[in-house]
Amino acid sequence: MNCFASGVLILSVAALAASCSRKPDSTALKPTAFGASIVESSGGKQFGQAGTPLPQPVVVQVNDEPGAAVTGALVEFAAAPGVTFDPVSALTDSSGQATTNVSLGGMAGRYQIAASTLDKTHKKVELKIEEIALGYQQTLGRRLNEQYCDRCHNAESTAERVSNYDNLEVKPHPFTEGETLDKLSDADLTAIITYGGPALNKSALMPAWGNTLKKTDVQALIAYIRAVSDPPSRSASAVFAKD
Amino acid sequence: MKEKLRSLWQKLFGDSVRAFGVVSLVFLASMAIAPAKNFFSEWRHYQHGYLSVIRNRSDANTLRRHFQGGIQQIWLPDLGVVDRCTSCHVGLKEPTLTDVAQQPYRKHPVIPHNLDQFGCTICHRGQGAATTLAEAHSSTLAWEQPILPAKFVESSCGQCHRGPLQGTPQLNLGRNLLSRSGCVHCHAVKLPDGSTVKATDDPPSLSHIADKTTREWIYAWLKDPQAYAVTSTMPNFKLGDADARDISAFLIANSTPVPGDNVTLPAKASSDPIAGASLYGESFCASCHAVQNAAGNVVGGDVGPELTRIGSKVKPEWLQAWVQNPRVYDPPTGMPHYRFSDSQVATLTGFLLAKTDSDLLANVHLDAATPEQIAHGKRLVSDYGCGSCHEIAEVKKPENFAPELSRIGSKPITQLIFLQGMQHTLPDYIAGKIKQPRAFAPGLKMPQYTLTPTQIDALTTALLSLNDRSYSLPPSLAVAAPPESDYQPAGKAGKLMTDLACFSCHRINGHGGDMAPDLTWEGSSVQREWLVQFFKNPGTLRPALIRRMPKFNLTDGEVSELTDYIMTVYQSPSVDRDSMPLSGYSQGEIELGKQLFYGKYSCQGCHIVDTKTDKGYIGPTLTQVGSRLTAAWIYQWMKNPQALRPGTIEPNRAMSDEDAQALTAFLISQKGGGKQEAAKK
Ligand code: HEC
Repeated sequence: MNCFASGVLILSVAALAASCSRKPDSTALKPTAFGASIVESSGGKQFGQAGTPLPQPVVVQVNDEPGAAVTGALVEFAAAPGVTFDPVSALTDSSGQATTNVSLGGMAGRYQIAASTLDKTHKKVELKIEEIALGYQQTLGRRLNEQYCDRCHNAESTAERVSNYDNLEVKPHPFTEGETLDKLSDADLTAIITYGGPALNKSALMPAWGNTLKKTDVQALIAYIRAVSDPPSRSASAVFAKD
Repeated sequence: MKEKLRSLWQKLFGDSVRAFGVVSLVFLASMAIAPAKNFFSEWRHYQHGYLSVIRNRSDANTLRRHFQGGIQQIWLPDLGVVDRCTSCHVGLKEPTLTDVAQQPYRKHPVIPHNLDQFGCTICHRGQGAATTLAEAHSSTLAWEQPILPAKFVESSCGQCHRGPLQGTPQLNLGRNLLSRSGCVHCHAVKLPDGSTVKATDDPPSLSHIADKTTREWIYAWLKDPQAYAVTSTMPNFKLGDADARDISAFLIANSTPVPGDNVTLPAKASSDPIAGASLYGESFCASCHAVQNAAGNVVGGDVGPELTRIGSKVKPEWLQAWVQNPRVYDPPTGMPHYRFSDSQVATLTGFLLAKTDSDLLANVHLDAATPEQIAHGKRLVSDYGCGSCHEIAEVKKPENFAPELSRIGSKPITQLIFLQGMQHTLPDYIAGKIKQPRAFAPGLKMPQYTLTPTQIDALTTALLSLNDRSYSLPPSLAVAAPPESDYQPAGKAGKLMTDLACFSCHRINGHGGDMAPDLTWEGSSVQREWLVQFFKNPGTLRPALIRRMPKFNLTDGEVSELTDYIMTVYQSPSVDRDSMPLSGYSQGEIELGKQLFYGKYSCQGCHIVDTKTDKGYIGPTLTQVGSRLTAAWIYQWMKNPQALRPGTIEPNRAMSDEDAQALTAFLISQKGGGKQEAAKK
């Protein structure tokens, strides 16, 4: 009994210590102003490899009631364990913005990131941003997409790669376009990728890849398409939220 | 007190029957400890948790049927694996658990290997035999192999896979950096197959550096290489002013002139920025060289050095000689000998010399060097191991200048010194060393690199793959990297190809760059006359490409030398170029081919045959394909493009002989007029 009690004591002390040790980062910054709302400026819905930094920082903006940017408001970032922020908290700059670099957790799935600030009454105002971590299979799919598909399916050009989208008579859809792609079952996707557009009575401008890609490649592409779908695909994927 | 004890003793052990009873009770109780411990064990707790997680799922029955209670184990004696992780990670093999975020119940993500064949610890490290969370995951006194953080997990792929894999971008990047940042100049890295990792950065020789640049520039460069070129891979040695002064003094004093270098050319460097920019563009210098633009973005290739501030570095005479023929100063350079005319040399040199940065050398004032400074500079050069990377006359290349890293991924934590506030794990140590090498002790020599967090993680991943396990796993599991080839073309044409640095961009027989098409079978692919014209005036085949074949001002003799060699030597055994005619196909066949082109195969999505209607941008333009390719090549390409050029993104359509024949007829009839091509420029 005694042993049990002391065990409980030790545990609770440890828990206390652990919860204390998380604090100091945020207490170091003192807000000089308070906002009324917090909105996303950029950096949401990115996808990166699980466990690695996202390509772009997450930027949020704190506004006051009329909607003007607030300088000096404290923004804190939080997410499920495994997600790291650099920095974890920041004061908004002269344009009302706070910026953080995010590394997602080691498991593939959708990560909810909470950016919060305090309003004048010291009530917490929170913004939820979603980021997508790709696992092995989805990362492979992403590489294959960049190699074989992106130039037709992505209307945006980069310096390295000119998009072919505008040149196509029938327009393909970007793979993030969940409304279209989620209507297609895995079997449909496998069919159109393997046998080309005509397999689903669609345009032959969508080539058949079945002799070029391995079965596992096609599966990887589908895993990628499902992972980046927006809104999220109905084939369930894990969501990691702050607990 | 004594009284009380005595009476207690009496009560318990007063006579032999009592004593026997008490002793057996104690014995029984202690017998129960083991099962009780088992009953309250962590894994049992997790297994209960699993059952309640699956209870309300629609597939609960199936899942419960798969569930096996008790300690689970994957035992693979050949691989040294005894992994009990599945005792707690119960749902690892359940494909339907994709939506479960809670650990330890997540399904394992899809990977190319079977868990039962490799177990867990080969990839994730940790203690396979342990049955508690702490012992399995963390390093303890008895065991010091903690779980590998997920972000480094690709390192484990590298234990067997020696070459790049499509699914391991981080490992590939890390390995690339290990060679490209020159780490392996100082740190030897031997692989289990006996080979060593080679550097790919090719640092310049410093034996003739006074031909090229000034002592002031060397001084500024030594103090901060990235101030001159943000993309430079030369690390910062954090030299004091006096040390930089003395090293620069030594390098200049030690330099000997290259005969024929610094020739005075008849034309003076001209300052016509428009002509300069257009010649720079036409020569596709930017395919290899980057320049930082006003917005701070680095634009251009990374094969050659960045040229943003080249005018503040090089001596004008040297630059002229270099542009005229770089092989005089540096015979093995990857830069082509362009055969520019004197006036082109003048234009290009003038254009480059204007790329200056007045801040770079503004505060560098050096007095004439004294013999003591020069001697001190020489000592510093050998102390810092400059000769590990650079060839320097009078300085020997040091052997094993820095610790070997062949098994760094298994280094025991007890042998490491950590910085304050640093987590005591091997990945943290390695990443920390790369990030701030000098912080670990005073007097350390490893220089400071400019690396992004992503690059540091990638390098850490690559280093973690160099571990004991990569040696102890059965050699049959090893997947070798594609073999390096040192193919060199022979004879006069071979010399010419080296002079033009074809291999900086093109690959032939497994040797060379990947910027431009593989030419291994070029002789089967193209028609001779087209090749001659292409050398004289290389237009581009793919309008969407920004990197193109430059024009080399070749003489007719050189063109026919190259063409003959390519047509004779670079032939595919599976394409007989004379087996199909270049003309004479029936109108019916051509018409059928056209229908297939625009209908069934919809090639116009990527290719242009008729500039009025087709817009496809991905593949080469085909308006004149009938004057460019051989019919036999087109036919075989239709049948299986990857067989001719592995890795090409042209989809393999597995065409019937008839379809391939018709498309060949259609395409070979596209002889184009010169006009169509010109119109597209
Ligand atoms: C040459 C251009 C091109 C390339 C390359 C290409 N596609 Fe397509 N794809 C299309 C076109 C055009 C459509 C639309 C067909 C229609 O709606 O009739 C399409 C449709 C699809 C669809 C159906 C959903 C949609 O967007 O309408 C999927 C899925 C798809 N492609 C997957 C892929 C994959 C995977 C790859 C790479 C392996 C790929 N595509 C490469 C042109 C292309």
